[in-house]
Amino acid sequence: MSTVTATPPAQPLAAPERGVVAPKVSWRVPGITAAAGLLALLAFGVGAPSGAHSRFDLSFRTDAVQLSPLVVPSQVTNIVIGVVCLLIAAFTVAQTVRRRRTPMWLLAGFGLLWVFAFLVWAVAGKQTSLVDLLQGSLLLAVPLAFGAFGGVLCERSGVVNIAIEGQLLVGAFAAAVVASVTHNVYAGLLAAPVAGYLLGLLLALFTVRYAVNQIIVGVVLNVLAVGLTSFLFSAVLKPNSARLNTPPLMQPIAIPLLEKIPVLGPVLFRQTVIVYALYIAVAVLTIGLFRTRWGLRVRAVGEHPEAADTVGIPVNKVRWRNVVMGSATAGFGGAFLTIGYIGQFGQEMSGGRGYIALAAMILGRWTPFGSLGAALLFGFATKLASVLSVVGTPVPSQFMLMLPYVLTVLAVAGFVGRVRGPAADGVPYVKG
Amino acid sequence: MKLELRGITKRFGPLVANDRIDLVVEPGQIHALLGENGAGKSTLMNVLFGLYEPDSGQILIDDKPAKIKGPADALEAGIGMVHQHFMLVPVFTVAESVMLGHESTRGAGLLDLDAARRQVRELSARFGFDVEPDAVIEDLPVGVQQRVEIIKAMARDAKVLILDEPTAVLTPQETDELIEIMRQLRAAGTSIVFITHKLREVKAVADVITVIRRGRVVGQADPGAPESELAAMMVGRSVMLQVDKAPAQPGEVALFVRDLVVTDRTGARVVDHVSFDLARGEILAIAGVQGNGQSELAEAILALVPATGSMVLEGRELVGSSVREVLDHGVGFVPEDRSHDGLVGEFTVAENLVLDLFADARFRGGLGMDLAAIKSNAEARIAEFDIRTRGPEQPAERLSGGNQQKVVVAREMSRPLRLFVASQPTRGVDVGSIEFLHRRIVAERDNGTPVLIVSTELDEVSALADRVAVMFRGRIVGIVPGDTPRDVLGLMMAGVPYEEAQRHAAEHPTTETLIEQDPSAAAAAGPEEGEVP
Amino acid sequence: MTDELVPDRAAAPPAAPPEPSSEQRASSWLRRVSSGEVLTTVLAFVLALVIGGILIAAVDKKVTAAAGYFFARPGDLLGAAWHSVSGAYAALFRGAVLDYQATTVLKAIRPLTETITTSTPLIIASLAVAVAFRAGLFNIGAQGQVIMGAVVSGYVGFTFHLPPVVAVLVALVVGVLAGAVWGGIAGVLKARTGAHEVIVTIMLNYVASFLLAWLLTTSAFRVHGSQEPKSQTVLTNAQLPLLFGSQYRATWGFVLALVAAAFVWWLMSRSRLGFQFRAVGANPYASRTAGISVARMTAYVMLASGALAGLAGAVQLLGTSKYLTDGIAGTIGFDAITVALLGRSKPGGIVAAGLLYGGLSAGGRFMEVVTGTPIDIVLVLQALVVLFIAAPGLVRTIFRLPAPSADVEGALA
Repeated sequence: MSTVTATPPAQPLAAPERGVVAPKVSWRVPGITAAAGLLALLAFGVGAPSGAHSRFDLSFRTDAVQLSPLVVPSQVTNIVIGVVCLLIAAFTVAQTVRRRRTPMWLLAGFGLLWVFAFLVWAVAGKQTSLVDLLQGSLLLAVPLAFGAFGGVLCERSGVVNIAIEGQLLVGAFAAAVVASVTHNVYAGLLAAPVAGYLLGLLLALFTVRYAVNQIIVGVVLNVLAVGLTSFLFSAVLKPNSARLNTPPLMQPIAIPLLEKIPVLGPVLFRQTVIVYALYIAVAVLTIGLFRTRWGLRVRAVGEHPEAADTVGIPVNKVRWRNVVMGSATAGFGGAFLTIGYIGQFGQEMSGGRGYIALAAMILGRWTPFGSLGAALLFGFATKLASVLSVVGTPVPSQFMLMLPYVLTVLAVAGFVGRVRGPAADGVPYVKG
Repeated sequence: MKLELRGITKRFGPLVANDRIDLVVEPGQIHALLGENGAGKSTLMNVLFGLYEPDSGQILIDDKPAKIKGPADALEAGIGMVHQHFMLVPVFTVAESVMLGHESTRGAGLLDLDAARRQVRELSARFGFDVEPDAVIEDLPVGVQQRVEIIKAMARDAKVLILDEPTAVLTPQETDELIEIMRQLRAAGTSIVFITHKLREVKAVADVITVIRRGRVVGQADPGAPESELAAMMVGRSVMLQVDKAPAQPGEVALFVRDLVVTDRTGARVVDHVSFDLARGEILAIAGVQGNGQSELAEAILALVPATGSMVLEGRELVGSSVREVLDHGVGFVPEDRSHDGLVGEFTVAENLVLDLFADARFRGGLGMDLAAIKSNAEARIAEFDIRTRGPEQPAERLSGGNQQKVVVAREMSRPLRLFVASQPTRGVDVGSIEFLHRRIVAERDNGTPVLIVSTELDEVSALADRVAVMFRGRIVGIVPGDTPRDVLGLMMAGVPYEEAQRHAAEHPTTETLIEQDPSAAAAAGPEEGEVP
Repeated sequence: MTDELVPDRAAAPPAAPPEPSSEQRASSWLRRVSSGEVLTTVLAFVLALVIGGILIAAVDKKVTAAAGYFFARPGDLLGAAWHSVSGAYAALFRGAVLDYQATTVLKAIRPLTETITTSTPLIIASLAVAVAFRAGLFNIGAQGQVIMGAVVSGYVGFTFHLPPVVAVLVALVVGVLAGAVWGGIAGVLKARTGAHEVIVTIMLNYVASFLLAWLLTTSAFRVHGSQEPKSQTVLTNAQLPLLFGSQYRATWGFVLALVAAAFVWWLMSRSRLGFQFRAVGANPYASRTAGISVARMTAYVMLASGALAGLAGAVQLLGTSKYLTDGIAGTIGFDAITVALLGRSKPGGIVAAGLLYGGLSAGGRFMEVVTGTPIDIVLVLQALVVLFIAAPGLVRTIFRLPAPSADVEGALA
């Protein structure tokens, strides 16, 4: 029968190569950079009051060593930045014509310059504290980042986590109550992930065990978390506020040497344990997901559960574990809202941060570092809004506050590059 | 290792997929499991691999009962499986795919990727594969992905290797290479369970053949037995696939296709300057190994994918139209994957029968739809096409594959057509329905409709075609008469021009193909429809 | 040559069984009741009420006090718990349906009209969510669309002096349009770029509420000379007329809600557009092959869904609130999701579920006043009911019920 002979091929087949046509050229990047560059030059530069200076403080008032503030002439600075921005835009045009990509770092640099120009314009003739702005951004980003990490853990294993909002909320609640009762912030810090874990058990029960639509469960668990915490707040916490809802606040711990770095030192390394936990978490998660056996299996389960199953990986066990772990992580982040930042628990105090965390995770392309970056961006926008509303600018603060949300819409609509989540995200795994 | 299955029974609701199946695989043996799609072969192997739990029966390894509760137990016992739909994570590298599930680590759970790379290179060298450990799976051609699957199994020291329909996505050339690999594995002492419905391959490589039909073992066969005998065992009766059809009476040319080009997302031309004519009253079959642009060609006609070039049907240019416009111009279209593209599973049979006709004047009633007309239409089509259903209100997803296909074909034929296009019209369909559908297609031709059939099954091509256009890598290799011998068609499917293919076929009448060629030929072949549990 | 046959597993399909007789139908109905959705729905409510009851009892002071000497007098604990829970639930009922302790009949039925008032925008917004659901889209953004509907209809309602009837109609229509635009953004983005509607609609909720907050700082909206974040009041001509006279707050908005439900029923089950909505939701690929433009339908679905949500906002504003505040939409848009789920995305079910939720909210307010049980317990009850209904398997496990026939399972899953 059809024996495979060793006969050499009669003649090598000049197989026609599949014709390759260059992909469509997208003028999005050049268009956006050019428009933004023009705006920087005309509105922020030419439009800035001539002769005014913008002043940025580089040290906290409490710092031992005071750096002299950065003072720049508003109009000149922005005209220069505007021109640089336009040059970069011209470069992206040239790259697009040559069908090449503009390097990411250049676009990031463009973004930073543009934001700086905006700041210079906004505080022209006034002053603001750069370190305060940076520190505020970081602090606002903390719960978002933990929430996003919680999302990453769940979704990398294929379970959509809409319940981040609820997990933050129960974490905040548990931290406040336990810290108040024990007079120990660290007890509160431990209680928060436990509360998140319990909510995660419900999420896992319904999505993994009973394969209910994950978005539905997430939405409903958020309602449940709001209901439960608000009910307990009104019924128990409010009447016993002194005993149950007056937690001690976490105190910053300065890290020797590192805190001495100018500008960034005090911002990054004079923080509470939760913030340091964030630094550790992002590294641990990144290594864990992309360098370890555990991470390889989790990603396999999130991308192709059947394939994971056929090599003996218990898909639903992995998912169950990741869901509760992710929920605990988000719950931990919730602790920051009470014992790390505000102090008391208040009804619905998560205030939609869980949804922003979800957005940060998507914008960060389901990676820990990306999520952190997006969380910082959102934190920055929020902090900027409040700073500017104090300084007084022509842009209403509501529009600044809208920024993260608008950015996210633009991101998922592909204006900021395509995002591709785990292939099996949101799909229950039912055997057989 | 000796593997024995005793009295394996597996039910899915009322359906008995495996009925008291006995099977013995001796060490170092290639044991072919022959049966039609849906006969229960894959179910049996999924039971053996621990993916399904049998309702009764026993698995014995080296004459000792073995407990196989899940794939982990199977792997532990030395059973490896290459699934019909590859079990590879598209975004992983080869090394990651091979190590998944039994990762070597360097303490603290950190992956030792170097060890995995070494293992891939070693195994790759042993079998003469050319597999790069750091290549990403989704960038690899199917043939190479299959080799990764084999490496995966061998990396876990499989003593018994199950290959589930391994040739479905391969070119004849790649099939020959796979057969050679199977022989090498046998020589090294590995037993192989080779699941297939392709007789020629079974005869080429099997030591023992077990034939399964409708969930039961119907007997053992000798590899020397004639194909007709094996076929009869497999389908339960002697099969006449040849459709009774009169010679075509082609009328004037209705469809002119010129320089049609379809470009995929990566910018590659998947249909590459294709030109042909199609006359009224003839059937043109597009043959080729899956993934050589036939599906895209069919989709381009319906405007499902954008194309350039020209397609003129009865004086009207179709390139640049919308799907709606093409349908309205009288094109009937049966998609390749009916449950994915042809039917809305949760809609009723009646609704599915008007899925692209709901706006037709026949089914309008006031501002909305005329439900009575839709129902009576359904009753008429059900009778006309002998659709076995509980009634027009039954959800289409509850029908068997053959009856689902009849719903699609009935719908597409229930309006006047200028062109009928069907992709894989009988894939996953029972024999009775195949005959029925083939007769209907020929009848449509005899009504004077130009018919375009896309099929990867040479038998179907031979049965239906008045002319055959063979596609390879997006181009038409040649357009040949319908009665061209399958050896010649097979060679053309590997890219050999007609005259040369004829010459080769004459010189080597028994060999499927001798032409060595790049395994990427079958790149991007889609998965075949599997067995429904 | 027979080696490449690919026949089907069910090679010999069973002959079509005869139509079930009426007797069989009745028994199958009974089976559905006993093992199917009716029973699990009832049990879901029972479970939710039990858990809610435990919570209410657990935070009650008398109950906790009695628990302190539980081993001495266990009866006290049970009595206190019973008193606390039954008191709360009785107040809930009195506030939601019928205040049987009221002095006059007119006062006694006031709760029912309050329930109708509360449920009116909720029903309409739930219809919005349901239309999207049935078309395979998740409109988490009803909240934003409700806000936009309220904002625009409110602006028109307090700015333009128009004759009676015309004024209210114009205000309603612009509200509908505003909601449609807001929902349409998500639809168009999904259709054109594939942006996931869940994310986009969530984000647009926030954009809408910040927009509202900003508008309430502008002179076009604010009451002249006031610093309060509160808009002017809608002119009388633009207000929805009252339904049961001046004693009750219920307006013709409720009739609008019922009309909207009837319209959605017709749209989804009788119209060609609805046929395409459902087809795209159930199988976009097959729809595309059948010549239905998935992108266009996606945009239309979100437009329709947004339009309904906008109507909900307009009805809430023109009927009940009459002026804009930051909290104009309350949680209508989010509650609508749970109501749509509870009503299984069917118009009839939604009217029932909407009335139930409206009742829980109205009753919850009454309960808070009468027994001091925080209204938030209602949220807990709502969430639990939906969770249990979505996972009938869990309910059956808890009550050790047999598994039902495959036909009934997993309506929400």
